[in-house]
Amino acid sequence: MIQSLVAIFLASILTENYVLSKFLGVCPFLGVSKNVNTATGMSVAVTFVMVLATAVTWSIHMYILEPNGFAYLQTIVFILIIAALVQLVEIVLKKYIPSLYSSLGIYLPLITTNCAVLGVTMLVIERGAADASFGYLQSLVNAFGSGVGFLVAMVLFAGIREKMEHSDIPETMKGLPITLVAAAIVAVSFLGFQGIVDGMLGGVK
Amino acid sequence: MSEIMLPIIIVSVIGLIAGLGLAIASIVMAVPKDEKAEQIEEILPGANCGACGYSGCSGYALALSQGKAQPGLCSPGGEEVAKQTSEILGVEGAEMVKKAAVVHCNGTCENTKDSMIYQGIDSCLAASLMYGGKGECTYGCLGFGDCVKACEFGGISIVNGVSVIDMNKCKGCQACKEVCPKNLISIVEVKKQAIVRCSNHDKGAKAVKACKVSCIGCMMCVKACEFGAIKVENFVAKVDSSKCTGCGECVKVCKRNCIEIIE
Repeated sequence: MIQSLVAIFLASILTENYVLSKFLGVCPFLGVSKNVNTATGMSVAVTFVMVLATAVTWSIHMYILEPNGFAYLQTIVFILIIAALVQLVEIVLKKYIPSLYSSLGIYLPLITTNCAVLGVTMLVIERGAADASFGYLQSLVNAFGSGVGFLVAMVLFAGIREKMEHSDIPETMKGLPITLVAAAIVAVSFLGFQGIVDGMLGGVK
Repeated sequence: MSEIMLPIIIVSVIGLIAGLGLAIASIVMAVPKDEKAEQIEEILPGANCGACGYSGCSGYALALSQGKAQPGLCSPGGEEVAKQTSEILGVEGAEMVKKAAVVHCNGTCENTKDSMIYQGIDSCLAASLMYGGKGECTYGCLGFGDCVKACEFGGISIVNGVSVIDMNKCKGCQACKEVCPKNLISIVEVKKQAIVRCSNHDKGAKAVKACKVSCIGCMMCVKACEFGAIKVENFVAKVDSSKCTGCGECVKVCKRNCIEIIE
């Protein structure tokens, strides 16, 4: 049981990384990764929203939508809940960490439309439907792992971008082009983790 | 019926719960707003022009309330606003210097000619990308009125192919200065002073061909000025507004009639 949870957690960070292998949530990945501190703050906020959103949406889907045959309402209801949660995070940050609030700026409300968050909430349900052993706890672990994966990707990339500030980049590649090239290389390097989780934990899914 | 009603009810109930939760959270965790900043923001014109050097009116209001900024930086608001903000802050009224924009070009239809027929997009920025504009002079006003569109106070008009600023309507907010692709507009203090109505950086002979009233950098005005207020840089004269007294000596000696006294 614990072994399988660890496997889910590690897999969602390394092999199923939302940013680097599913390419969801790329907007904040490029937007807020200029400096390690803001990147960490943003990722923590995203992780928080992911876990909370999954906790709420999973129960709503399983106990309200699914039994009544309203599974098609998934997207609307999930977006509604994510939006409300993001608002909550915004209020909390404004009150307790105003410096992070101002440095995140427009990207904080943008978590609402961050496809990584919606992706996590919808994919865990899809996975739960396909695999009966993938229940509530597994979903939460997966959501948390995805958030941590987002954090890993963001912090790694912010570190790379901070180094790039001081490197001599050709004029035509300055700004977004070199950033996208760097992002692609990081994504390719994450391919190297393919299979490592299975290998480590003896193929436990 | 329930097929339609039930989903609607479910979504509305979830929305209602989320809304209530947020409302409670926003009351419980309300951040006390700066009262002074709110008061000041109400007085400020709300043009968000950025002439004060802060990000919009609310940014300036916040900086004022924290004592980080001086009242009187708001050009659009003028003296009235400076006075009211000083009252709220309880400081001595800062002296307000009225500023206005001036156009450094007089390339009207009579003074200069077109060198090509331009049929592109109706904007100065687009026209300037095509060989520097349609005119004979590649430094001059293009006359498509990007500045007219940028002006929130209706203070700019295109007269005879050149933009003209109404000094009475101008609030000195710099919006026009920022959109001019030829950098022809500068913001000066409103007083009696000389203004060079040309920005042509070509050497004399070329400048003469381009426009009847071009500055050729002949240095006559520099020699005529008793106060050392005029300098020629890159073949065009520049007046230092702070030194200029508006005596008019430079206008008399200028053979190209490109200096003007404004009040």
